[in-house]
Amino acid sequence: MMDTNMQKQTLREWLLTDTPTSRRHARYAALYTGWLTLKGNTMAMVGLGILVGLVVMAIFASLLAPHDPFVQNLAGRLQPMGAEGHILGTDSLGRDLLSRVIYGSRITLYIVAMVALIAPIVGLLVGTVAGYTGGIVDAILMRITDIFLAFPRLVLALAFVAALGAGIENAVLAISLTAWPPYARIARAETLTIRNSDYIAAVKLQGAGAMRIITKHIWPLCISSLIVRVTLDMAGVILAAAGLGFLGLGAQPPSPEWGAMISEGRRFILDHWWVATIPGLAIFTVSLGFNLLGDGLRDVLDPKEGGHS
Amino acid sequence: MAIVDNNGRGRRQSPRFSPLSSPALILTFKTIGSIIITMLGLAFITFIIGRVMPIDPVLSIVGEQASKSTYDDAYAALGLDKPIIVQFFIYIWDVLHGDFGTSLLTARPVAQDLIRVFPATLELATLGTIMGVTLGVPLGVLAAVNKGSWFDQIARVVALVGYSMPIFWLGLMGLLVFYGILGWVGGPGRVDIFYADIVPSVTGMILLDSIIDGNWDVFWNAMSHIILPATILGYYSLAYISRMTRSFMLEQMSAEYITTARVKGLPERTVIWGHAFKNILVQLVTVIALSYANLLEGSVLTEIIFSWPGIGSYITTALLSADMNAVLGGTIVVGLIFVLLNIFSDLLYRVFDPRAK
Amino acid sequence: MKPIRNIMATVVMGFAASMVALPVMAETPANMLVIANRIDDITTLDPAESFEFAGSDVSRNVYGKLVNFDPLNLDAGYGPDLAESWTVSDDGMTITFTMREGVKFHSGNPVRAEDAAWSLQRAVILNKTPSFILTQFGFTAENAMEMIKAEGNTVSITTDKRYATSFVLNCLTSTIGGIVDKETAMANEADGDMGNTWLKTNTAGSGAYSLVSWKPNESVTLQSNPDFYLGAPAMERVVVRHVQESSTQRLMLERGDIDVARNLNPDDVAGLAGADGVAIDSALRGRLMYISLNQKHPELSKPEVRQAIKYLVDYEGMQNSFLKGQYVIHQNFLPATYLGAVDENPFTLNIEKAKELLAAAGVEGLEIEVGVREAQERIEIAQSLQNTFAQAGITLTITVGTAKQILGRYRARELDMYMGAWGPDYPDPHTNAGTFAYNPVNTDEAKATGLLAWRNAWDTGGLTAKVSAAVEEGDRDVRAKMYADIQAEFREISPFAVLYQKIEQTGRADSVANLNLGGAITAVSYWKVTK
Repeated sequence: MMDTNMQKQTLREWLLTDTPTSRRHARYAALYTGWLTLKGNTMAMVGLGILVGLVVMAIFASLLAPHDPFVQNLAGRLQPMGAEGHILGTDSLGRDLLSRVIYGSRITLYIVAMVALIAPIVGLLVGTVAGYTGGIVDAILMRITDIFLAFPRLVLALAFVAALGAGIENAVLAISLTAWPPYARIARAETLTIRNSDYIAAVKLQGAGAMRIITKHIWPLCISSLIVRVTLDMAGVILAAAGLGFLGLGAQPPSPEWGAMISEGRRFILDHWWVATIPGLAIFTVSLGFNLLGDGLRDVLDPKEGGHS
Repeated sequence: MAIVDNNGRGRRQSPRFSPLSSPALILTFKTIGSIIITMLGLAFITFIIGRVMPIDPVLSIVGEQASKSTYDDAYAALGLDKPIIVQFFIYIWDVLHGDFGTSLLTARPVAQDLIRVFPATLELATLGTIMGVTLGVPLGVLAAVNKGSWFDQIARVVALVGYSMPIFWLGLMGLLVFYGILGWVGGPGRVDIFYADIVPSVTGMILLDSIIDGNWDVFWNAMSHIILPATILGYYSLAYISRMTRSFMLEQMSAEYITTARVKGLPERTVIWGHAFKNILVQLVTVIALSYANLLEGSVLTEIIFSWPGIGSYITTALLSADMNAVLGGTIVVGLIFVLLNIFSDLLYRVFDPRAK
Repeated sequence: MKPIRNIMATVVMGFAASMVALPVMAETPANMLVIANRIDDITTLDPAESFEFAGSDVSRNVYGKLVNFDPLNLDAGYGPDLAESWTVSDDGMTITFTMREGVKFHSGNPVRAEDAAWSLQRAVILNKTPSFILTQFGFTAENAMEMIKAEGNTVSITTDKRYATSFVLNCLTSTIGGIVDKETAMANEADGDMGNTWLKTNTAGSGAYSLVSWKPNESVTLQSNPDFYLGAPAMERVVVRHVQESSTQRLMLERGDIDVARNLNPDDVAGLAGADGVAIDSALRGRLMYISLNQKHPELSKPEVRQAIKYLVDYEGMQNSFLKGQYVIHQNFLPATYLGAVDENPFTLNIEKAKELLAAAGVEGLEIEVGVREAQERIEIAQSLQNTFAQAGITLTITVGTAKQILGRYRARELDMYMGAWGPDYPDPHTNAGTFAYNPVNTDEAKATGLLAWRNAWDTGGLTAKVSAAVEEGDRDVRAKMYADIQAEFREISPFAVLYQKIEQTGRADSVANLNLGGAITAVSYWKVTK
């Protein structure tokens, strides 16, 4: 038993100990070591910074934005960057671009959060059930997964949005419906590897039912690969949402969704290029942030990658 | 990955099946069976979506100013009054006879449309993949070999940027700069007007057709039009391929047999290309196949911006007008290729990587 | 490693070099006219079926008609084309045309009265979308053979009532009046379709041009007819390329890859202002932009609310900003240059007045949905409306969709408010009067989806009878006055707010001359163009 004083003083030491005293201790220690590794990776930190910035922007949009993103000013449309009161210029209805980009971050965050919730969870469910149960259930579920995988992705999203009607919620649903198959595959692959291990056999012997095994034991082991994959996929999700917005099937006007803003701005690309470029840069930056973070996470969670032993 | 040394050359996993044994036959049947089921499922889902959509396909042909009787005539002519399941089976039956129905928008048989539009996308995707591979693979290998150096950092940044950029924006910018401002490349469309329909269409891919015909003017003109969209798609391909190559190579480079080979005094070039690279070929081919499939189906936005009459824009236009025959035909074609490429890479894995069994 | 680097460097340089070395032809040949236009709305080239704009552009140059417009003199109205002259019977119900001698179809077959009669009969019998233009005269599949007859060198048509002759002849100038080569069409007939399937993708006309190819969403290529009876056209080939983006069209025009760009938006037009070798033509077209209110809605059917809406539109603001040069304020349902058109535009943006009207109607906190097609300027107009409506306390939500999505709901009377455009079908005032202010049966069952008044569930408050009377009036001036009165009443009571009339701005290489877009009354003509 360690002296309480010493524990408080050296929290860091406690976290870095080689001899954890409990499972929770071990978990925290693992998390902390992982965090340190991540911190050491500059690019990943940049990514994290970008994403934190996104969240801050979304939460504090009303404080950060200099103007109301919906206020029109037909007399002052298409003003260049650096114009009076409009650092990034105005769009074709005279609305301030900076404010629209800032408020648009909320939409981006919404899309990301929803898809990050729906797609992996659906994939996890399908994949683990298929992998664990095996047999005909596995065959059917995997066939369904393959069918969705075989679908041209943007076409499938388009088809769903066309069927459900345009709008941000339906776009999110459509993208999630195209995004879940890879997670199902990963989850299934992991389940297959784990399912016959001694560890699971032991738990079975203890009398655990299938549901319990899947939820309490298999899921946690799949989580790390899923997290990496989710982070890396988010960039693609944002680009897909922007693509749908570009085609007019995402968020409805006057919503400042970045993809729709590019579509609105593309008419002016020759003389007023900033109207389309600025939201494009915003999309690019956030995508980049996710990719950087995802790379870093993978280095941490998947040691094979970076060449560690 | 435990690779046992074998005279410094690394171990090649030996295939553990012989082509004539029955497990392989069963595998073939299983594969064909799964292709069929997948394709049927694909067709069914697309079909349902088409019937469920609130877009009215009849309106597409008769237009908004039509009277009720005109509308009704067109409705019956499309066979929309029958139950969905019946319509589906009629459709599948026709497809098996090679009849994909007629497109509402182009007034032509869908099969004919597909023959026209698919090679356009094929040409674009192929050229893009070639560029992605020729630039991406060496980039990935060199980045892995020089891990941590400035070269590696730059390579990773290049790849990351490729991943994160909205493709339609890049296309617009590219068109503006390289066509509008600099005039280095041809504009939208596959060839200039006066070169259209000059070479006989053998494969449907203008580059190949003009080579076959020996008409170099058309070839260079078509090249000037395809180079920009292909480069943009190629960039995406490059980003993905170089990243995967790098990570595969890193796996190999940290293995014991590499250290052994070096210790034995083999030249560095042989170590990298002769051993490490050889061992990742299978995975790499899989990745390339997937990237190719992605380009085939993902070029919708590029095609719209460059007025490229390929299958992506064909399906999209058809979708937005509820021209279901066209959508189904296009989806089946693209889906089939996707499935085949996936199966191809699965097979490669099965053959060469026993871990996956 | 070094060799690898060398290889890579070579590859990169090779690409760069090839890009610079590629020959990029940037001049169009002198005898070829290259036009960039959005042609994705063409679904058929059969004149009995075609009604979309790009399709009528093709049709006008390929098919001759009994009476037609001269592109160099549109103001003169219709004149003889394949019919040399005509007479009207005393009871005003039969018009007899004498065919012009010596004109041939592209196939070499002579143009006969029989072809003319057959073309009109088939348009009635096939019952496609534009057939209402002819069936409104009482022609049906049963009586078409009787009512439209060829005898020797003459064709006679007999209408069910006495109509203004100008009305009937104006209808014959529309696309559906195209005269088709009967022998060629019937030789390609399938299943008794009178050649419809073949004519969707092929042509059999007698006009200045014949079709070489139609590649959907790609291009339409026309070849000149050297035996055209008015003289072989200067442009031997006309190619219309599909280019979706206005900015791309502009780039191509600047580079000389095309001669004419037809879908330039106001900002690109402004950008071309000083460019070398490029001219901008502005021509008034017949399309009207309007908003309409569904009368099944409890609030929107109140007369004060209908009028209030008309004061909540920033007509001037939009016209002077993002619609600049391409739309002009026009608040009546007859486009300018039509017989009976008026130019009283009494409505302006007046939030206070609107609020008063709304209060008088006892309306508070109104929330409505507007359906808008996916088109840039329409979305911007809708957003501006959202803005001005909000200032009077009305919450407007915008639903953007594809044409087919939104039109479907509109035709099913499901939208609260619709914002869109209407283009005339033929150059007679009845084309718009008969849809904006005409609705004989206002029930859901009647399904008169072709009538705008029906789509908005408006019983027209008595205007239906006045419109019917106006179409039968033979005296031009009396007729004009009737339409002026109808429009004045329309402005006061209708649930429609007509906003703008379209001006088409075309960018063209300044060597191109005599390109006539057709004004408000017809489509584009290529045969007088020179470079």
